[in-house]
Amino acid sequence: MDSYETFEYDVLVIGAGGAGLRAVIAAREAGCSVGVVCKSLLGKAHTVMAEGGVAAALGNMKSPDGMNEPDSWKVHLTDTFKGGAFLNNPRTVEIFAKEAPERVLELEQYGAVFDRTPEGLIAERPFGGHKYRRLNHVGDRTGLELIRTVQDKAVGVGMSVHMEITLTRLLKDGDRVVGAFGYRRDTGKFVVFRAKSIVLATGGWGRMYQFTSNSWEGTGDGLQMAYEAGAELLDMEMIQFHPTGMAWPPGMRGILVTEGVRGEGGILKNNKGERFMFNPDYTPPLYKGQFAETAEEGERWLEDKKNNRRPPELLPRDVVARAIYKEVEAGRGTEHKAVYLDVTHRGAEYIKRKLPSMYEQFHALGAVDITKEAMEVYPTVHYTMGGVWAEPEGCATSVPGLFAAGEVAAGLHGANRLGGNSLSDILVFGKRAGEGAAEFARTAKLGAIDPAQIQAEISVLMHPLELQEGESPYKIHQELQENMQRDCMIARNEQGLNSVLAKILELQTRAAKIKVNGDTAFNPGWHAARDVRFMLRTSEIIVRCALERKESRGAQWRLDYPALDPVWGKKNLIATQDGDKVKITERPLPDMPAELKAIVEEYK
Amino acid sequence: METITLRLFRGDATGGKMVDYQVKTFPNMVVLDAVHQIQAEQDSSVACRWNCKAAKCGSCSAEIDGKPALMCKTQVHECAGSTITVTPIRTFPLIKDLVTDVSWNYRMAAKIPPLTPRADVAGKPFNMQQIDVDRVQEFRKCIECFLCQNVCHVLREHERTDAFFGPRQMVRIASLEMHPMDNLNRREQLRGEAGVGFCNITKCCTEVCPESIHITDNAIIPLKERVVDDYFDPVRKGLVAIGLIKKRKKAPLDSVPNDVTKIMR
Ligand SMILES: Cc1cc2nc3c(=O)[nH]c(=O)nc-3n(C[C@H](O)[C@H](O)[C@H](O)COP(=O)(O)OP(=O)(O)OC[C@H]3O[C@@H](n4cnc5c(N)ncnc54)[C@H](O)[C@@H]3O)c2cc1C
Ligand code: SF4
Ligand code: SF4
Ligand code: FES
Repeated sequence: MDSYETFEYDVLVIGAGGAGLRAVIAAREAGCSVGVVCKSLLGKAHTVMAEGGVAAALGNMKSPDGMNEPDSWKVHLTDTFKGGAFLNNPRTVEIFAKEAPERVLELEQYGAVFDRTPEGLIAERPFGGHKYRRLNHVGDRTGLELIRTVQDKAVGVGMSVHMEITLTRLLKDGDRVVGAFGYRRDTGKFVVFRAKSIVLATGGWGRMYQFTSNSWEGTGDGLQMAYEAGAELLDMEMIQFHPTGMAWPPGMRGILVTEGVRGEGGILKNNKGERFMFNPDYTPPLYKGQFAETAEEGERWLEDKKNNRRPPELLPRDVVARAIYKEVEAGRGTEHKAVYLDVTHRGAEYIKRKLPSMYEQFHALGAVDITKEAMEVYPTVHYTMGGVWAEPEGCATSVPGLFAAGEVAAGLHGANRLGGNSLSDILVFGKRAGEGAAEFARTAKLGAIDPAQIQAEISVLMHPLELQEGESPYKIHQELQENMQRDCMIARNEQGLNSVLAKILELQTRAAKIKVNGDTAFNPGWHAARDVRFMLRTSEIIVRCALERKESRGAQWRLDYPALDPVWGKKNLIATQDGDKVKITERPLPDMPAELKAIVEEYK
Repeated sequence: METITLRLFRGDATGGKMVDYQVKTFPNMVVLDAVHQIQAEQDSSVACRWNCKAAKCGSCSAEIDGKPALMCKTQVHECAGSTITVTPIRTFPLIKDLVTDVSWNYRMAAKIPPLTPRADVAGKPFNMQQIDVDRVQEFRKCIECFLCQNVCHVLREHERTDAFFGPRQMVRIASLEMHPMDNLNRREQLRGEAGVGFCNITKCCTEVCPESIHITDNAIIPLKERVVDDYFDPVRKGLVAIGLIKKRKKAPLDSVPNDVTKIMR
């Protein structure tokens, strides 16, 4: 048997994004020893890329009449349900909206320095689907501020950080998760972690698409580890296409243009120069009458938010993404099959102050000066609403000893996430998952490690190096991306989904014969060999769920079932492993309690 | 479509060599795209770090034609000539190809006492004006690319990682020291283990910072002045001695449980 190092902790946290690090702080403050593992260096997780802000109803913003905007957790809760097309878990949303303000204010105590209002409080900006200004921000680098803050705090409370390790399998003792196995990215050496409980905070999975705002880390290994350990996955068809990814130049395709650009007055135009979002067909019934109907009103709103309605560019993401798709399909796109996003009218000084990293990103990377010319944008794969089912109170998954929080977990966002809600999600539920895991660890003992499980994983990992010839992992990944991009993107239908499913099954067979050169020392090809197998399984689950849900809701837009179906609106889809097969079952969505119903009625 | 040569360092701590790869370019291609193309089409074992590909995470630091820079922020067409040389940053131990062991930086960061709010504001929402936090926000833009650490001659030529935390950590200490709500005094640490005195203001760090942080002018020089004020100002010392002003509170350097926090590579 190959040798490996072993580490032991009360609580093991997998993932050092905002969710993982917030869980570290909580578990540590509950008195546990904590180890955290991540694939990159500390502080480089996806969270660092978040731009626009963290949504929490602090109600700091004043209207021109001097009154504060009447924001509250109740309005935030209502907006989150509406944005998610009511597929959200009610209790999860309630906890989220109530606790988000506390979590943001706590960051300030840890050392975060948010932008300020004239009164000296945290400044909040408007964002799509949020009724009031609610995105607490630092220019357009909020994610950097957030991750650095929890990173420093977690270092302060004490943790062991294991950087650049990829875990590939959860180890079980009976029903319970008792450890995790993986390899060091630099040397390829194997490692085992034993823990009384585990928090999974491994983020999302966008890399199975060609154009995505996600980094290489977004391959969904954490999701697959949980699935293989028997966890239930929820609403996997729900993938967010952010309306404004960069469309040009080619090397930048997919990289995010923050919604903050529209929040700061950026407008969308087609090749005729029309502000197409004013087309009334694009505003869904739920939002009728709530958005500006003329460009003039939209302009006035920038200065006076009380007496004017917000421009329709700020409708929720799924709505704007569909509109852009339709404009381009109708031949009203740019030469690069995109639309224009224009913020030049706000003036160079304002743009550079409010959107500095966007200015820099286009200037340095794309040779485009956004203070002088419009950007070209097209929807990009951005966020995964679906994921590992986690119960709202302590974030327990369906597998004992395993907790999940952040983008890998599911339940909060329903069919579509509102911008800014992820950064508050990772804080609220990162903390709860850390506490849940600590509570579990208080009474649990370390479990037994089964060498057979480790040996099985070693065989999977080493196979590509042992073959004489075979398939390239990059080639398989590329074919997967092309097919997912074509047939499982914004607009879906049965025929396309069936064809991508057939392709995925073919690629899965070919993936068993992946071969890579070199050895296990920092070898990206070898890493890709394992990642791509995870991605193929995740893609299969996404496509199967998308086929199953025969309606259009939030991010799931079926051309062959274009309407919301109230029957489907009461059901979640659950995916579990059944031998080699993916088992998909329907589960009734929990009823919304009467008091929450009353709140939604009042504020919608 | 033009073809260029990317000359990459390939090797590890035991030695290595420069290897040429032909790369097909496209408009606005960055050096990181070129490395990725090599990985996908020619040799999947080329090691490099990256995450965001948008100059936000600070993972892809390297020396491009000898100049320390982010690979994702350097356009291929900006580089002179049809051959571009890419080597790893030099100050930290080499792991493989373009990847180095930068964990020392995290271990030094762990020694710096975190924000410690004043008693009157602890646990309450802070009230601070934008103008009072502008400077601190400049420092907090740092993406921890460690390019400044890479060029600082104290660390690079003189290898004094035992005596000087380096410009990145000076920026971090400055962000805490200048925070309007912070109540600690980190000057003893600055003068001692952090080694601010080793910096002789060559400004090489400031020149390479991709976030354009004025590391020397805005962070290090003011920190040096504070240390001087505290320790070498005879007037001040005298006033303290006769009790006219109070001695500044010192940073409790043991406030960070460093015995617990371990940064492992
Ligand atoms: C460009 C961009 C902008 C965004 N802007 C906003 C915004 O303005 N507001 C907002 O609310 N949200 C925003 N989001 C979304 C938000 O940033 C993410 O959803 C959120 O940061 C996810 O945090 P997380 O902690 O769940 O995971 P991540 O930050 O993705 O961290 C995942 C961690 O898990 C580790 N990991 C993964 N797999 C393994 C493995 N196999 N073994 C070991 N470790 C592993 C990774 O190394 C990493 O440390 C944005 C996203 C992007 C891409
Ligand atoms: S100014 Fe100081 S910290 Fe910066 S490079 Fe020179 S010696 Fe190093
Ligand atoms: S101060 Fe600048 S150069 Fe130094 S690590 Fe931070 S961003 Fe990089
Ligand atoms: S990849 Fe993030 S800075 Fe270059």
